[in-house]
Amino acid sequence: MIRTSETMYKYLRPDKTFPHVWCPGCGIGIVMGALVRAIEKTGFTKDEIVLVSGIGCSGRMSTYLDFNTLHTTHGRALSFATGIKLANPKLNIIVVMGDGDATAIGGNHLIHSCRRNIDLTALIVNNNIYGMTGGQYSPTTPMEDKASTAQYGSIEKPFDICKLVEACGASFVARSTTYHAKMLDALLSRAIDKKGFSIVEAMSQCPVQYGRRNKKGSAVDMMMWYKDNAIPNPAFKKIPPGEVGEQFPVGVLVDLDEPDYLERYSQIVKKAGGDKL
Amino acid sequence: MKGHKELLLHGNEACAMGALAAGMKFFAGYPITPSTEIAEFLSVELPKIGGTFIQMEDEISSMGAIIGASLAGVKSMTATSGPGFSLMQENLGFASMAEIPCVIVNVMRGGPSTGMPTRPSQGDVMQSRWGTHGAHPIIVLSPQSVLECYTLTIHAFNLAEKYRSPVILLMDGIVGHMWENIQLPEKIEVIDRPEPSVPPDWYNPYDNLPGGEIVPLVPFGEGYRYHVTGMVHDKSGFPTLVHEEVEQCLDKLIYKIKNNLHDIIRIEEYMLEDADICIVAYGSVARSAREAVNIARNEGLKVGLLRPITLWPFPRFHLENISKRVKLFVVPEMNYGQIYGEVLKSCPKKAVRVTRVDGELITPAQIMEKIEEAAL
Ligand SMILES: Cc1ncc(C[n+]2csc(CCOP(=O)(O)OP(=O)(O)O)c2C)c(N)n1
Ligand code: SF4
Ligand SMILES: [Mg+2]
Repeated sequence: MIRTSETMYKYLRPDKTFPHVWCPGCGIGIVMGALVRAIEKTGFTKDEIVLVSGIGCSGRMSTYLDFNTLHTTHGRALSFATGIKLANPKLNIIVVMGDGDATAIGGNHLIHSCRRNIDLTALIVNNNIYGMTGGQYSPTTPMEDKASTAQYGSIEKPFDICKLVEACGASFVARSTTYHAKMLDALLSRAIDKKGFSIVEAMSQCPVQYGRRNKKGSAVDMMMWYKDNAIPNPAFKKIPPGEVGEQFPVGVLVDLDEPDYLERYSQIVKKAGGDKL
Repeated sequence: MKGHKELLLHGNEACAMGALAAGMKFFAGYPITPSTEIAEFLSVELPKIGGTFIQMEDEISSMGAIIGASLAGVKSMTATSGPGFSLMQENLGFASMAEIPCVIVNVMRGGPSTGMPTRPSQGDVMQSRWGTHGAHPIIVLSPQSVLECYTLTIHAFNLAEKYRSPVILLMDGIVGHMWENIQLPEKIEVIDRPEPSVPPDWYNPYDNLPGGEIVPLVPFGEGYRYHVTGMVHDKSGFPTLVHEEVEQCLDKLIYKIKNNLHDIIRIEEYMLEDADICIVAYGSVARSAREAVNIARNEGLKVGLLRPITLWPFPRFHLENISKRVKLFVVPEMNYGQIYGEVLKSCPKKAVRVTRVDGELITPAQIMEKIEEAAL
């Protein structure tokens, strides 16, 4: 416990940015803790890390952590990150987005970042809702669940983010939850080390804007729900399709070795004669 | 880039070459007529010098990418036209707010909406000033020739770096697609990003320095860890709602431009000394206007031309000065009178407009008609 808080303290910006904006019981802080432990494990210095975020409760993470930080516009974090990475490939870039941020307004950038296999690590904090703006339904709000703009229940089919990005060509896809915080650390450090576009989806409770409206109980209840329904991928694969119910796979879902965008771009530079400089 | 030699170029190509001469090493864009040749040219040339060309999924991400590249310390640019320029507005506001140098080229075409993709227009003058929400600073330059597409692109990068601001090069479809023989200048001035004068611990990227001096933007990854946001921020870059800090943040944005109008604003005067009538024209229309001045002078009419090369900030003081001498301003534009409105603001009741929105260039004869009407 003490060790954890020391690590945390090393990476926070306590003088400037606290108290933070997150509600009591919110999962985003747990996700942030996992991210910090993951970065610590990879051994990168603070100066080598750029944390780019979108707009939303999860987007606020960039404010609190002592890296090169960039709080962009809603949905566009990946585009800014693409520019940084291509301009200075030595930087390690982590992009934090909410579910709405990443898959609604920023959905186009998400799928194209996968397709390009650009060497970024995307961390999507999926709380199944637009937290920041007061609980409107997002592309991951389950069917029939309620939101401030879906008072009769959502009628839209939700995205499975991991399946979406797998289909779009991401090199590394993984999922964990705030209950499985240690697994989240491990997945994130693998994602950061992975060359190519990697995505970690962190299922994270929003007891205030999603939980309450959908009678999901307290933050702890919501985390217990993750505990009961998150199934390690190998075991999940063995469940017959008809019997899946609310369960979802966690762990590493995709891990491919493919040339990333910059590797391919260096071929272009070679063809153009730019390598002879 | 070879100097002195004569080159036959079109405006878009000259613009791209100007960008390279200015040290631009990152281009992100999305194809759109009549700007596409800029992207095509750079997709060939940038890899040759180890620079980056990327075709993004849209103009929103193109704008985001050039901001990111600039934060990583690389001079960056995008190029587009009306519909794409509309999509860039939110992130353009981000660049203004976060004070990130970058250059946006808008080769204007007829609008609104898809409008007339292959026909020129000057319909985005107001959008270039006010397209993004909130009060923000912007610098907008308007070239009238292929040579100016080259020189003003370099100038745009210099202003962007000097004032830590996005700069828009507002071309029109005629200037972009026009071919001219030009001689590239032998010497050009290139302003690069200054080094910080303080160690990391003392660095406040948004500080208000005495005398309005602008804090150098240190690239990410060089040991100066700081926060960049589109939210109103204090001098260290973190969000604030403290009244004085909010005011300071927003005031600074405006005043860094306002206090340097003498440095930023460029105009050209032609035969204005003794003029009774002053034509105010920019971009390709200024070429017709110049010809109209020549015709008028031949007819014994005292007509001159004021050409704002910097459209925004608008050269209002120049206009007010000229207004003391002339009886009338004639403002020809390929729109319904966007700069005309600005002229009216500075010199009420003394301006008439010549408008054309059918996708054709305003001719000297069309301007002359108005002048002769007024001279009667
Ligand atoms: C262009 C734009 N549209 C809308 C908004 C308002 N807005 C801010 S955050 C947000 C949704 C946040 O939801 P999500 O991305 O899931 O993040 P969370 O707050 O749940 O972490 C919206 C719609 C905005 N800031 N910008
Ligand atoms: S609204 Fe939800 S996601 Fe946002 S801080 Fe509160 S609990 Fe967390
Ligand atoms: Mg959300």
